Amino acid sequence: MTDPAEWVDRHGDTLYRFTLARLRDADSAEEVVQETFLAALRARDQYAGRGEEGAWLLGICKRKIVDFVRRRNRLDASSGRESSDDISEGFFDPKGNWRFDPRFMKGRPEAALEREEFWQAVRGCLKGLPRRQADVFTLREIEETASDEICKELGITASNLWVLLHRARLQLTRCLKLRLEQWGVL
Amino acid sequence: MLRCREISKLVSESMEHQLRLRQRLQVHMHLLMCRLCAGFARQLRFFRRAAGENPDRFLDPAARDAALSPAARERIKAALRDSG
Repeated sequence: MTDPAEWVDRHGDTLYRFTLARLRDADSAEEVVQETFLAALRARDQYAGRGEEGAWLLGICKRKIVDFVRRRNRLDASSGRESSDDISEGFFDPKGNWRFDPRFMKGRPEAALEREEFWQAVRGCLKGLPRRQADVFTLREIEETASDEICKELGITASNLWVLLHRARLQLTRCLKLRLEQWGVL
Repeated sequence: MLRCREISKLVSESMEHQLRLRQRLQVHMHLLMCRLCAGFARQLRFFRRAAGENPDRFLDPAARDAALSPAARERIKAALRDSG
């Protein structure tokens, strides 16, 4: 069994990058990496060298990321900064029609995936989302976690989750449309 | 009759669970007539596939070489020693 301090040198950066991509914040990522190693230390006996060390640590890290998102989600929900229930705000006119053309993809959308500008826009737009929305969107679309699992993990209702995801999608759509048009991509 | 506001919400929900038959029909009829909502629906599906297949693209290129700061590294090692 390797010395735990060696884990940090061997796997610390990989876990850090993995976490940073999902939490989008350096301090939070450091905290989660530390929690991961501490949990690994406690669970060391059960692990007992079965399987690959990096994969084992990554599994723990994923759990810790979800735990962290749960705490952050509670905090953000109770701070009530996003209490507005009017989803349509800004996106639809009073009659319920789109205020803007939501279509940002023309031609062959697959080609967009090859362009760094597209991903740059996606990252920028995701950063602009309220944190709760960005967090559930990340779990759902990037981590491909099932909806009912997200609800269970975060302790929120299904309709709560759907509203968060829908808002995230509307806002990302509008943001991508603006950015991609401005840059003449797509 | 449902407007784009309600249809887009249902389209978004349909990414999470199966809608009731009546809702599915309403969405279907609307998408046949409304190119904006049809585009929105297509993009949601496209985006889901793209995100699932390219999780690494969500990390800033600058952060792809990101590493734990030396201070954080030492802090974590110290924490491990303390509880070891």
